[in-house]
Formats: sequence, structure tokens, C-alpha cells
Amino acid sequence: MEQVIANGLYLGAQYALIALGLTLIFALMNVLNFAHGQMYVLGGFITYTVYGQLGLPFVVALLASGVTLAVIGALMEKFLFRTVIRRSHREESTMLLAAATAFFFDAVILLLFGEKQRGVPKIVKGVFNDAGIIMPYDRIVVGALAIVFIAAFVLYMQYSRVGRAMRALAQDRVAAQLMGVRVDRYSMIGFAMGAMLAGVVGGLLVTITGVNSGIGGPISIKAFLMVMIGGAGVVGGAIAGGFILGMMESVGLTVLREYGDVTYLVIFAALMVFLSVRPNGLMGKPWG
Amino acid sequence: MTVNRNIKIAAVVAFLAIVFVAVPAAISSSGRFDLYYTLTSVALLSIASAGVWLTFYIGRINIGQGAYALMGGYVSAILVMNHGWSFWLTLPVAGLFCAAASVLIGLPILRLRGVYFAMVTLVLTEVARLLALALPITNGAKGIVSIPLPGALSIFGLTIIPDFATLQNSRLAFYLLAVTLMVVCFAVMYRLVNSRIGKLCQSLQQNEELASSIGVNIAWLRVIAYAVSSFFGGVSGAIFAAISQSIYPSSFTVTDSVNFMLNCFLGGLGYVFGPMLGTLVLYFGWDLLFQTGQFQLLIYSGLMIVLMLVLPNGLLSLAETTRKKG
Repeated sequence: MEQVIANGLYLGAQYALIALGLTLIFALMNVLNFAHGQMYVLGGFITYTVYGQLGLPFVVALLASGVTLAVIGALMEKFLFRTVIRRSHREESTMLLAAATAFFFDAVILLLFGEKQRGVPKIVKGVFNDAGIIMPYDRIVVGALAIVFIAAFVLYMQYSRVGRAMRALAQDRVAAQLMGVRVDRYSMIGFAMGAMLAGVVGGLLVTITGVNSGIGGPISIKAFLMVMIGGAGVVGGAIAGGFILGMMESVGLTVLREYGDVTYLVIFAALMVFLSVRPNGLMGKPWG
Repeated sequence: MTVNRNIKIAAVVAFLAIVFVAVPAAISSSGRFDLYYTLTSVALLSIASAGVWLTFYIGRINIGQGAYALMGGYVSAILVMNHGWSFWLTLPVAGLFCAAASVLIGLPILRLRGVYFAMVTLVLTEVARLLALALPITNGAKGIVSIPLPGALSIFGLTIIPDFATLQNSRLAFYLLAVTLMVVCFAVMYRLVNSRIGKLCQSLQQNEELASSIGVNIAWLRVIAYAVSSFFGGVSGAIFAAISQSIYPSSFTVTDSVNFMLNCFLGGLGYVFGPMLGTLVLYFGWDLLFQTGQFQLLIYSGLMIVLMLVLPNGLLSLAETTRKKG
């Protein structure tokens, strides 16, 4: 049982970090970023290239993933989403754009990196084995790093000037603009940060699960699930959703093993029932 | 008014002439019989997309049409294979089954809005796939294969539709079937949108609370629209199963659901015939780009992004702007 909880916590930390980026973009722009999973894959491949192929230190690789994705995110906001939001009659039109960018990233990743499953050498060797828990050290390191990133993100949103501006933007765009917040600029920073988070998680996880060009879509769906559990556009909700999904997956895989591959079926069904009782998730605001 | 009406009638007649006479004639003279399959797919996909469009019309983003297409396909396939029903009987049954299921599913989830509804319906597509894998009646990942072609349909001894298996050119038969259904489907849609219910649906799209406060029964309207939408999905899935003579859990996936949605966006959310045009353009665009090999997806998605930047309100909005200018 301890093993199951430890696995759940480890998964949850990763998931929460993915969900944070998605929820940030949603909160600021009301855009459901379909390409989030693809951004994650791209981050993974950049770390694979820098750390696995070029042999540079892992930290540099992680930094490269984060920075590249941040730049891509900023450009996407400035040239694609902002334009479409301005020109379109209906807000939902951004979904077509988001889906198209997801396809585009899929194609780029496939062309640049091929369809093979890629992995990198372990960052830390050895296995932790005590008190009934078996866990490789690299997983512990990655899990801890993820928690550090989450904490840093939350603190940044809470106390920095940029974070405060973004929270104001998420609460009420027009009011924030009237108070002198430069809406366009902070939307761009927010989008860049969301993309950066996806890239960083991709970089972290490539050391454990590896990466291949096909996992973008499934990762996006998982990220949507977490955001729905916690409530879209709420930082606390994304973290809670991430840990809950991680835990459910970990417990489900153990408990439901004898019934075959039904864990996700059960999770989906539970989610639909949950959402019909609480349509805005755990902490979501009554809009969306 | 009468001039406008005449133009509309002329357009409909021209459209019917093209799809029922000109296209088959052109295909048989050019010998490109593979086009029948492509056009049949377009017709069927546009039926499913029309359903998605209808949910857009009540202000909901529906990424779950794949689930109902899959459900419809399985209902038809199971009834034909295990119970020996005629395909023609299973077609409406599949649609009604999906509509009934969508009422049960829709009652709770239609309370959700915006992204929440979009994401739940996306999850629904996955649920349908996983259910098809897990349930014993659907035969798991192996799917249901070698479904017989649709048999003859006769009423009072009069054969209305001949047995597809005896036909020389079953592709043409499927084409005519799909196109007929498409015409019926869009006629129904047009009638629905221009009726009292259509206006009420539009009020939902704009402001549900306001509509509700005036006395519109929003819960009922939402469920009705969603049920009609799922009916279309089920029917198109059932015919797909009949054409390919097989159905697998992966026959309709999240990608298909997303594509149905994209068809609507591309055609234009404000136009009844948007999904038809959107499906045609997207499907043929994808097919034409096949020659570009590995760059197919890159070019396709790149064009989609550009199109979105230039025409964010859909292809049919082009006609509107030129009319305004002129």
C-alpha cells in the first residue's frame, strides 16, 4: 500500500505540473490549449537532444526545453491566438486554431525527431528500498524537482508583480485593463509560462519514461481531466487535480488489475458522475 | 421576397442535380470510381458534422460525436450479425438508440458549459472506445468483421432498394444512399433552424439565463438538440460500418471527434450548410495533400492555421463579406 501511495505522489507531482500550464493559459485567455501535450513532447525531445545526444549537463537541457517552449508559446500568443480572438465572432474559434497547432506540432515533431521511442541515460543511478517502498532514485529526484517547480510557480504567482498582474487578468480582464495592467503583454507572458511548464515537465519525464511522437494527444487528454477535476483556471485546482488523478491511476492499476485494462474507464465514468454533481470541479468558479 | 425565394429554389434544384446526376455521370465517364468512396465518406461525415453543428447552435462545443458514431456502428453491426436484422431496420434503430443514450448522458452533462462541456464530451469519446474494448458483446479489439452488405428492402412485395450484394456497382448504391441521407439531414436541419425551435436555440447560444427567465424551457431544448445531434451521429456511424463491412473500437476515435468539430468551424458556425462545405474541403484537402508524403500533415495543419487567421468565421463568411461590399 505504501508503494501505491508513493507511486501516486510521484505521478501526481508530474501531472500537477502539466495541468498548471494548461490552466494558466485557460485562465488568462479562455483558450483550451489542445497543443499542450505536443508542447510536452517537444520539451522531451529537446532535452533528449541536448542531454542525450549532445551530452551536455541535464540542467542545461532542462533550461533549453523551458526557454524554447517559452519562446514558442509567446510567438503563438502574439501572432496566432491574439489575432484570431480579435477577428472572430465567437470565442470558440480559438479551439480550431488550438487543434490546428496541435496537428502542426505533431507534424513538426514527427519530421524532426522521427517516430521512434527515445530515452536518455539515467540522471541518478540506484534504487531506494526501505520501509516497503521500492523507488528508483531518479524518480525521487524528478518528483522532488516537480514539487519544487510547483512551489516556485505558486510563490511567483502569489508575490511577484507579474504574477499579481496575471491573477488580476484571470479575475476580470476588463477591470484589469482599466487599472492599467498591460493586458496584451501579460497574456503573452502567461502563455509563454504555460508553454514553458509543459516543456519542463517533458524534459523531466524524458529521463524516466522516455518520449515518442505519438503521446502528445493522450497527455493532452490527461491534462484536460486534471483541470476538470480541480476546476478550470484555478491554480489550486490544477494541483489538486493532478495529485488526485495520479493517485487514482496508481490505486486503480493495483486494485483493478484483475479486471483487465479498465482503470481509465472507471476514472472517466467517475469523472462524469462527479462533474454532473459539481459542474465546475473542486474549486472552479461558476463560469467557463 | 419572391425573387429571393426563387433563387433559393433554383440553388436547391441545382445542388440536387449536381449530386444525383452530374457527379455520377462525370465519374462514370472519367472512370474514377474510387471517387465514389471519397464522396460517400464526405456525405456521411457531413451528416455527423451537422449534428455537431446543431450542438454548436445551442452554444455547446461538442467533441463527442465520435462516441455516438461508434455506438451507432456497433448497434447496427450487432443487430445484423447476432440477431439477423435487416440493415435497413437497424439504421433508424441505431439512430434512436444513440438519441436515447444521449438523453441519458445529456441530462447531467448538458448543465456544463464552455470548455467543461467540450472536455467532458472529449472524454466521452474515449469512454466509448474503452467500453467497446471492454464489453464482451463488442468482441473487444478484434471488432466485428465481415458484416453482410445491406439486403433488399421491399414494401408490399415492391422492391424499393435492391440487394446491395447483387448489384454490380455497390459503390454507386452507397453513394446514392449517403447523398440522399445527407440531403434529408440538411433539409431537416434547415427546417429546424428556421423554425420557432431554431430561434429558441439561438437564444440559448446567446444567453441561457435570459432565455430561461423569459420562459424558454432550456433544459428540454438542450436535450432535444443534443438527441437530434446524436441521432445523426449514430446513423452515419451505422452506414460507415455497413460500407467498410467492419467496425472496431478504433473506427471512431478522438481524432474523428475533433475532425467533426473542425468541419463545423471551417464551414462556419453561423451557417447551416457550413458543416457540408467544411467536410468537403477538409476531406478533399487531406486527400489531395497525400502526394506530398511525409509533409502531408505539416502542410494540412499549416493551411488550417492560415485559414483560421484569414477567415476565423468560416469559409461561408467569405460570401457574406463580398455581399456586404457589393
